[in-house]
Amino acid sequence: MTRALGLVGTIALATALVGGAVQAQTIKIGVNEPLTGAFAASGTYVVNGAKIAADEINAKGGILGKKIELVIEDNKSNPTEAAAVAEKLITSDKVPVLMGAWGSSLTLAVMPKLMEYETPMVVETSSSGKITTTGNPFIFRISPPSAVEAAAFKGIVDKLALKKVDFLVINNDWGRGTAEDFSKMMKDKGITIGLVETMDQGAQDMSAQLSKIKSSDSETVIVTTAVDQLTLIFKQAAALGLKKRIITTGGSQNPDQIIAQAGAAANGTMHLTTFLPWFPDKTPNPEATNYFITEWKKRGFEFAGCTESFRGYDGIRTAAAAIEKAGKAEPAAIKAAFWDINIKGLNGDIVFRKSGPEGKESGQSQPNVYLIEINDGKVEMKTL
Amino acid sequence: MSEFLQHLVNMLVLGGTYALLGIGLTLIFGIMNVVNFTHGVLYTFGAYIMFIVVQQIGLNFFLALPVAVLAGWLLGAAIELTLLRPLRGFDIDTTMLVMIGAWIAMQSGTLWIWGGVAKSVATPFPEAPLVLGPVSVSWLRLFVLAAAALLILVTYLLINKTSLGRAMRATFQDHDTASLMGVNVDMIYTSTFAIGSSLAAAAGALLGPVYVIFPQMGDLAAVKAFAIVILGGLGNITGAVIGGFILALAEELGAGYVSSGYRDAMGFVIIIAVLIFKPTGLFARAERVG
Repeated sequence: MTRALGLVGTIALATALVGGAVQAQTIKIGVNEPLTGAFAASGTYVVNGAKIAADEINAKGGILGKKIELVIEDNKSNPTEAAAVAEKLITSDKVPVLMGAWGSSLTLAVMPKLMEYETPMVVETSSSGKITTTGNPFIFRISPPSAVEAAAFKGIVDKLALKKVDFLVINNDWGRGTAEDFSKMMKDKGITIGLVETMDQGAQDMSAQLSKIKSSDSETVIVTTAVDQLTLIFKQAAALGLKKRIITTGGSQNPDQIIAQAGAAANGTMHLTTFLPWFPDKTPNPEATNYFITEWKKRGFEFAGCTESFRGYDGIRTAAAAIEKAGKAEPAAIKAAFWDINIKGLNGDIVFRKSGPEGKESGQSQPNVYLIEINDGKVEMKTL
Repeated sequence: MSEFLQHLVNMLVLGGTYALLGIGLTLIFGIMNVVNFTHGVLYTFGAYIMFIVVQQIGLNFFLALPVAVLAGWLLGAAIELTLLRPLRGFDIDTTMLVMIGAWIAMQSGTLWIWGGVAKSVATPFPEAPLVLGPVSVSWLRLFVLAAAALLILVTYLLINKTSLGRAMRATFQDHDTASLMGVNVDMIYTSTFAIGSSLAAAAGALLGPVYVIFPQMGDLAAVKAFAIVILGGLGNITGAVIGGFILALAEELGAGYVSSGYRDAMGFVIIIAVLIFKPTGLFARAERVG
């Protein structure tokens, strides 16, 4: 019996060693995204974009002579899970760098783990200001914080003749942060802030909030949430006969999906986005944008997902560039190398600038923000 | 005032489906003494049946509804025959654990088959709402309300006017005596669970097209169903119907006039209040003790 156990142990050990040897041939990048739960659609798009980047890099021979391997884990749209997933990726899969975690609350939950294990993470989507201002030097964000979105929006505020604005935002760090940053900017512009309504991330019925907004005296509603909830809001607003101008923020709108699912209800709505897949020639990097869109379609994914998936693509390219610059797949070297990279992202150059308290700054790149409008079921670009 | 009227209309539409969710659960608890944790999954299941029948097979929306109800009935009967019948006579905790296991297994199953990304179902109703003065409501939701009311009425008639219903009520009162009087208690249990399940599936089939369909959609629905059942009293069907509307009213007015951030917390607030002040439910009759 003892001998049998010993044999099993030896085999297990041998397998582990062989397995380890095989894995050492690749460089791992941990991907911590919501593949189920409230943000499943968005997280899945980001992961599919990430896979395009990994395949492209590997087809060109990988980095440092090795192929990259994405270790993808589902954080279930749940902050507790997101932290657990980060811990698993770092301690068990031994990834030297991560990308994640889509939502601001998810990313904020992961951040202490990054400090604990001293592993850097590319933040591809989250927009809460807190992420880069609380002094976590392992954070490198390529998405715009909501204050940057608000600043970009500032230019068009006069043109839209906004007077009084209500907010309907997702009840988490992302939504509340957006309401705060946009309110501040609008108050400076002399715009009155009316209602600030919130909704749970899993809520499916926003009729009560929309009824309240319908009877307020504001002319515009700023809505911040992910695509699934947005679609429901458009349908429910139309059903309630809400006739106000709707502007969405956050860059997770997938306007095509809104057009497809909300139909006529989507007309006249405006969206602040961070990518222009409809007008590749107007993006900062048309060649890469065209490559990405062609590859996306070739894989049979819905075009609507491009507005999200490009961030997964850029995020992995950012991580890979840092690994290459570091010359080795080690967390500390990669963290240092993030400060020296300069890559052509689909939404502008990715160069990290320091943000947050001195001595423990996070990295923040400066992506572009665009305003589009849906008219007759088509996407039109507005000048900011 | 117009805002208040709009909230009331929203409450009516929402309350109808809550009532439907509640009576399925209360029926099963009342007659079988089983805490049905698969209720939410059956709700999800009904919604996915709509998705398959309407979006993938391409059948008519109105034909898909009875298909979903029937599928829920069959799945409910299958759960009762394979999981609950062998556990007859075991204590309530054992069956509760098995039902929790079934819930997790079935939810993971839907995730495995359809993935985590939400699906939507096209409906034949016009997008433009029905406008009545200051109040407007979508045709789809009106239809859902009407269908829910019809299903509640059918369930009520089934229980109060048919011989099956009489046997069910007899089993509810005292299953030993009912059994001695020639009631096939096994058959009553299977029918009860199947009917309760089909009501959950019906609620999912009706609400799936209103919202979006995803594997965890049933969790929140189940929580609300439990709130409604506690509110109305365990096993009390009329209580569940009224409880459904009270919950909808609390959510609407809570979100409208208190804080929208706590909308889904209203159900729990009600549960706590009811458990403190009237633990047998708002509509419980005086019971004989001992």
